[in-house]
This record gives sequence, structure tokens and C-alpha cells, in this order.
Amino acid sequence: MEKFSVFKGVAAPMPMVNIDTDMMMPKQFLKTIKRTGLGISVFYDMRYDENEAERPEFILNKTEFRHSKILLAGKNFGCGSSREHAPWGLLDFGFRCVIAPSFADIFYSNCFKNGILCITLPEAQVEALTAQADGSDFSIDLENMKITAPDGTVTQFELDETRRHNLLNGLDDIALTLEHIDKIKAFESKQQTGQPWLYT
Amino acid sequence: MAQPRTLYDKLWDSHVVHKDEGGASLIYIDLHLTHEVTTPQAYEGLRLSQRKLHRTDKTIAVPDHNVPSTPDRLEKIDDPESRLQLDTLKQNSDDFGVEYIPMDDIRQGIVHIIGPEQGLTQPGKTIVCGDSHTATHGAFGALAFGIGTSDVEHTLATQTLSMQKSKNMLVRVDGKLSVGTTSKDLIMAIIGRIGTAGGTGHVIEYQGEAFSDLSMEGRMTVCNMTIEGGARAGLIAPDEKTFEYVKGKPRAPKSEAWEAAVKYWQTLKTEDGAIFDKEVVINAEDIIPHVTWGTSPEDVLPITSVVPNPDDFDDPNKKSRISRSLKYMGLEAGEALEGVAVDKVFIGSCTNGRIEDLRAAAEVIKGRKVADSVEMLVVPGSGLVKYQAEEEGLDLIFLAAGAQWREPSCSMCLGMNPDILQPGERCASTSNRNFEGRQGRGGRTHLVSPEMAAAAAVTGHLTDVRKVVNS
Repeated sequence: MEKFSVFKGVAAPMPMVNIDTDMMMPKQFLKTIKRTGLGISVFYDMRYDENEAERPEFILNKTEFRHSKILLAGKNFGCGSSREHAPWGLLDFGFRCVIAPSFADIFYSNCFKNGILCITLPEAQVEALTAQADGSDFSIDLENMKITAPDGTVTQFELDETRRHNLLNGLDDIALTLEHIDKIKAFESKQQTGQPWLYT
Repeated sequence: MAQPRTLYDKLWDSHVVHKDEGGASLIYIDLHLTHEVTTPQAYEGLRLSQRKLHRTDKTIAVPDHNVPSTPDRLEKIDDPESRLQLDTLKQNSDDFGVEYIPMDDIRQGIVHIIGPEQGLTQPGKTIVCGDSHTATHGAFGALAFGIGTSDVEHTLATQTLSMQKSKNMLVRVDGKLSVGTTSKDLIMAIIGRIGTAGGTGHVIEYQGEAFSDLSMEGRMTVCNMTIEGGARAGLIAPDEKTFEYVKGKPRAPKSEAWEAAVKYWQTLKTEDGAIFDKEVVINAEDIIPHVTWGTSPEDVLPITSVVPNPDDFDDPNKKSRISRSLKYMGLEAGEALEGVAVDKVFIGSCTNGRIEDLRAAAEVIKGRKVADSVEMLVVPGSGLVKYQAEEEGLDLIFLAAGAQWREPSCSMCLGMNPDILQPGERCASTSNRNFEGRQGRGGRTHLVSPEMAAAAAVTGHLTDVRKVVNS
């Protein structure tokens, strides 16, 4: 996984609440057996009309937001299905960071597994950032946990240490876990003694 | 004295393998259910990193989402991408040594239906699957939650997951459900009350007479839709009903192991004095049959209600969301929900595709006809559910009424197989999500119980099932 350091990019405002993962990645795109190539399909029904032509009014179709790297969203972002195709689509489009007042649990976890930083901020702070999202660059500094808006104002955010560490260092979760393989085996052996019916 | 623990605390504590300094824990996974949609990239990841499964005896694979519901499904899968995804599940399962239930096996069905049916779902287990409706298995007092594909790969490679502990939330429903009101109405009423983010960051435990009165099938319906209330997992403490259901299932513990297991399972309950971070109390007697009117499961009301008016809300977010929903759904503010005409009726899914659901719908349909304007699909949740229903003659009741009797699949719940709504079509559906486009682009979904779906089928519109059965 790519290391997450300081980066700059355009932030696209999508202030709707309850944007679900069906909206981000409709079912017909879940049939792929690859992780890549989903950027073109992200937010499909909102982005394209019935004839697959771009809807000019949709935010990501506007010239200044076509290369957005940050998404400023409403409450409960990513609710619904566990499909990781949603964060794969965001990543493939170019998003590295989503800022919202709240996230659905599974989606939140899926994003970090793919190197997408989810930042939770109070609603008023998200709105203040959204007000500045005019196509200018924002800067995200994960090391110091701060967002710099185009006008230079700085917003601090919080993140649990495990996720921050793994993202900053681009660590492979599975490799980290396998360092504890002896503990896993010891757990199994103890569990097998106490609950043998789990091992038949 | 130690702090009294909740059921969730107990399930969590008994599965912690390791705690790291950053606050995450490594949790052991006892059962991993897999299907074709969320696994291909996980196996690809294992191949790229030259890893194998940590162990193969805690994982099972079954095709469900892409499987057609038509009788010729074994020979004929028209969509090449669906075909490839189904073939890939079989190939990966074979290559990595995972038990695979093929499409022509009577045990095949929706992954969350077959776990309980096979006795793989047991109290006290941790259960994961790359599907958010894994919450279903919490009905047995198992800690069960949906995961993404990266976590599927992590589970395959290590039999563990690295996660943060959730908070505890209690939903208590006192009293008895009234006649005609089902487990589906109960969970929809709860979601209406707490909202789709009400359980975010929490595991919900359901307590109270309303839940203990429910059959295991009903409890599964409740836990299944817990994710629609934002909580990854729902729990109901196991009781005699649970043990009775599990007993004798093919993969349930046998003889001495059974005795030992039950003894342990009896300890799986929240202790007196345990503290919940959040509590909601509802009275069962206040609940009547419910139906969704909008494009989020929290957009739900009793069938006797009218469509809400965006102007009645102060919150600008709520106002714009309701306006958008009404436009999408083709409904007018103030319109009565009773009487909204439907084009399709879908009975099935991991929410309501079990035998009891089919019995309940058949009871309403029996001796009546599906309205001419309505197409009705009945899709059993598994081959075994289908077999049982046919043994009881339920298929003949549906067919005589003019409904279609299909083969097991996720089907129209999410339309990855050919069963989809056309733009503008309206459906009374026993599934779990009424999101925009969920059942087909432009399709309009009203979530209901199997009884309410059957009532909509015979009248041709959304209606109160209590009126239909009394007519």
C-alpha cells in the first residue's frame, strides 16, 4: 500500500446525507474480479444519464472538480452494503481522503485498508471547509493531523493511532498480523481444549 | 468485584488473540462464509503475495448473488461477467482447499440462510462474511458482522481480524407484538426510531419479550436488518429456542460435545448491572405493519400513514433529502401509503427468504389471486427451504394464485442476477434496502413483511394485511 504523506488536491463538495455504497458503486459493477478500473463507474447513476452521457450538473463532471482528490460529504457517508468496490472506485477516480461528520463502520474500515484517509469532523467544520471548496487546493497532513484550507485556515483532526501509523507507513495488515502467528496458534490450541466442538 | 459484562463484551473477550498499543485488537474468527462477489480480489491478493489459507476448516463457499432464479439456471447464465464470477469462486475454493457448495446441490442458497440451516451458525462463535447482512447470525448469540474484501483476504490468511471494539447499545422492546405485526415490522419500526446511523459504532443487543417471543426465523430477520440501523452486529442471547433450532443440524455438535456446548452457550447472556453506552426502549403494542416510503430504510412509517411533507421539517438536510426521495419514488407529500399501486412483488432474500416467511405469505395468498397488474416472484432462500416449502404444498398455493415460484438466489434484493426492476417500476419487497437503484436503475422499492407483500400482490397496491385477511 502507498504511504500516505502530506498531499494537496482539490476537494469536491457533496453535502448529501446518507450517501450509500449502492450509490457509490451500483450492483452491475460488482461483477468484476479485479480491484482496478472502477473509477469510471463511481457515483454512476448520479454522474451519467440513461444514455451514459455525463450529467453536466454533477459535481465531478464540472471542469474544476474532475481531478478531485478529497471528498467533502454529509453525515453517515458509506452506509449500506459492505462492498469494497465503493472505496476501490473512489481510489481509482483519484480520491485519497474523505471528510464527513460521520461514516458507516464497514465503509470506514474498508477505506483505510485501501489507503484512503477518512476524517471525521463536527458538522460545522465540514460545512466551513465545504464553503471553501471552489476548485482550489486543500492540503492534508496526516503526520500532524491537520487540514489546510485554500485561505490558509488550519483544521485539526483526530485519528486512532493504529490506523494513523499503518497509513503513514503504508503497512500491509496481513504481514503485521502474521507477526503474531504464534499467538494465533496458541489461541487455537486453548480454544480447542475449552470448546472442542469448534474443531470437528 | 469485576464490572458486569454484556453479551457483546463476553463474545469479544473470548476471542481476543492480541491487543496492540494503538488500541486495536486481533480477534479470532470461528466461521468465515464466502460467496462469489466479494472474494475474487481477496484470492488474487493471496496469490500475489504467495500466501495460503491459515486453515481451511473454518471457511465455506456458496454461490448466491449472481445465481439466476430461473429453472434453467444450471445450463444458462447469460451474463458472461456473472458466469466468470461464479466460476472464479469454484476455482478459488478448489485451489485453496475451501469447502464449496455447488449450484446443483440442494444445500445451495443465500449464504446467510445456509449457515444456520447447516448448523454452522452457533451461539458464541465469531462469524464474518464479505456481506453486510452477516448481522443475521447474531440471532443465535454469535458475534457476526460484514467485512470488506481486504478483510476477507485477511481472514483467509490469518483466521483473525484486526479491529477496534464497538460500544454497547441496548434495544429493549417490551410487551407483545399485535396480530398481523411481524419481526420485519418490529425491526423497521426500530430503524425508523433510531435512524440509519443510530447504531453506528455500536453492537446492538435486543432484549425484551417481543424478541424472546420470536421464532429463530423472526430473530434472524431482526438481526439481519441491524446493519440498516448502522450497527455492524445485532445480538439476541441464546435460549432454549436457539438450542432447539441448532440441535440435529448437520454441522451442530453431537452427543457429549452437544452437552458441553449447551452448557457453555447458557452462559452467553448479559449480566445484571452491565452498562450499555446507549439504550432505546420501545413498546411492542405500539407497532403495527410498516412500509417504507423513501430511499433509506429509516424512511419508514405505519401503513396507515401518509407520505411526509418536506416542508414540515426544519433541518435543511432532512428537507432536501425527503424532496429528493419523493421525486425518485414518484410520490406526493400527503398521499396515503395505503393504495399506492405496485407493479411487482418480491418475496425472498436473506431478510425474508426462510420457510416461515414463505408460510406466512402463502397463508395470505391462499385462495386469492395475484392482481392482473402485478408480477409476483417468490424466491426461496435455499434449496432446502424450497424443498420444505414444496413438501408443504406452498409452491402450489403461490402458483395457483398466479405467482412465479423460483430457484434459490439473492435475486431481486439487489438485482445482480437478471431479476431487476425497470425504471419507474414500483415493488413491494421483503428485502432489506430501498436505496435508489438498488433493485434496478430507477426502480422504486417499498420494504414490507412477507404478509404485507402478499397483501400488496392480491390487492395490487400497498395495503394493511390485517384488512386483507379479515375480508
